[in-house]
Amino acid sequence: MQKPFIVKILFSAVVLLSLTVAQAQEPQESPESKALTEYEDTEQTSKIKEFIDHHLLDSYYFTFFSDKEEGEYYGFPLPVILFDDGIKVFSSSKFNHGNTVAEVDGEHYKLYHSKIYKTNAAGDINYDDEGHATNEKPLDFSITKNVVTMVLVSILMFFMFRALATSYKKNNGIPTGIGRFLEPLVLFVRDEIAIPNIGEKNYRKYMSYLLTVFFFVWFLNLLGMTPLGVNVTGNIAVTFGLALITFLITHFTANKNYWAHIFWMPGVPKLMRIVLAPIELLGVFIKPFSLMIRLYANMTAGHVVLMSIIALMFIFKNWIGSSLSFGLAFALAILELLVAALQAYIFTMLSALYFGMANEESH
Amino acid sequence: MEKLIEQFSFGLFFWQLLIFVILIIVLKKFAWKPILKAVNDREEGIKQALDSAEKAKLEMANLQADNEKLLQEARNERDAMMKEAREIKTKMIADAKEEAQAEADKMIKQAQTAIESEKKAAMAELKSHVAELSVEIAEKVVRKELSTKNEQLELVDDMLADAKLN
Repeated sequence: MQKPFIVKILFSAVVLLSLTVAQAQEPQESPESKALTEYEDTEQTSKIKEFIDHHLLDSYYFTFFSDKEEGEYYGFPLPVILFDDGIKVFSSSKFNHGNTVAEVDGEHYKLYHSKIYKTNAAGDINYDDEGHATNEKPLDFSITKNVVTMVLVSILMFFMFRALATSYKKNNGIPTGIGRFLEPLVLFVRDEIAIPNIGEKNYRKYMSYLLTVFFFVWFLNLLGMTPLGVNVTGNIAVTFGLALITFLITHFTANKNYWAHIFWMPGVPKLMRIVLAPIELLGVFIKPFSLMIRLYANMTAGHVVLMSIIALMFIFKNWIGSSLSFGLAFALAILELLVAALQAYIFTMLSALYFGMANEESH
Repeated sequence: MEKLIEQFSFGLFFWQLLIFVILIIVLKKFAWKPILKAVNDREEGIKQALDSAEKAKLEMANLQADNEKLLQEARNERDAMMKEAREIKTKMIADAKEEAQAEADKMIKQAQTAIESEKKAAMAELKSHVAELSVEIAEKVVRKELSTKNEQLELVDDMLADAKLN
């Protein structure tokens, strides 16, 4: 009932937008001015693209907002930790947002496209034929913006769920305060995700992981919706880590039946078993891989679309277009809130499904 | 794909794993275990309470059925007793009636006999009185009638005439 309504709104907004674009482009006088506006347009577009790209990546600064033209950044630098002939720890303010070369213990480092490269004193970056930097990249264990966000979310989760856990004792088994909101979610993970997929018998040992991953992903997704501009779950390293843990737990808790289904499928002819084994083995890796890509792609796509539509407001710079893209951005933001919960649910649900497969008894 | 691999930051991956694993362990100890235990306990409690309520309900129903049975029994007994009493009453009345009838019959019979004997006695007495009276009257009449000689002769004539006739 509600979904088609949103889709309708989105669709009509897109149609109206394209109309206003067509109208706005009509009144142009001379070729020079046209070229000028086109140049300005492309410059603005590339600026926006750069901004969005930059937003999607991890950062060595925790920037709340910035003014590139003025060179002003509001936020704080984070510690950089490099392994390059010993540990080198320094503040990211030394990079001055990529403008200066950081000199630490006689070595020089430069920030280029959100990555740290080892350079000479002048900060020269060498390129190969395809325009990729060829400079050496030191092993980087910096406390980046995403790491800080994850730590903050972890602390938040600890206090929230600690509050829920202690409220039971205080109030005779009935949660109080924020626990009233959290308890149904915990029960949802248990009753709708863990028990149906894993089974009444084995679900208990997976509950800690499932609950943690559900709330961790959900909170990080939601935090990605805030103007803080973090994009943790849209980072491939983070989703890889999460998928890896699901993969490891699945295979360390798998029973004999699970392995038999991979390498020696029961109930099919011998020849088919040999054919099936590599396919099944491939499936073992594809499953967590799909988990990783799904979360990454959904969150990244959401951020890109939402930011692009917000950016449209600044491209149109007229009452109709800008207000329409505001409405569109608003509708999309609501959709993204749903996606944030949905992706956390899907990740948890599929993890539970894989755990359930690993625990399936032969029948 | 190439871009993805290029974007992959080993440092972030490392920190993510570390933070996440620590988070799982800490939350497991301090949050999930107590939460799930409390929820479980509560659910068990609710289940038990429901069970016992069901049991109490069943017991109540049993008790009620027992009561009903007892009541029915009592009613039946009462009915039986009433019936018996009624029978006894009827029988007693019938008996009494019968007895009374018998007594009355007996009394009537006695009275009849008494009356009969009295009557007989009275009759006997009456007879003797009448005899005496008639003798006396006869004597008086005879004395008066036969006071003269003529009369005495007349009588003899009458009698003789009668005797002739006979």
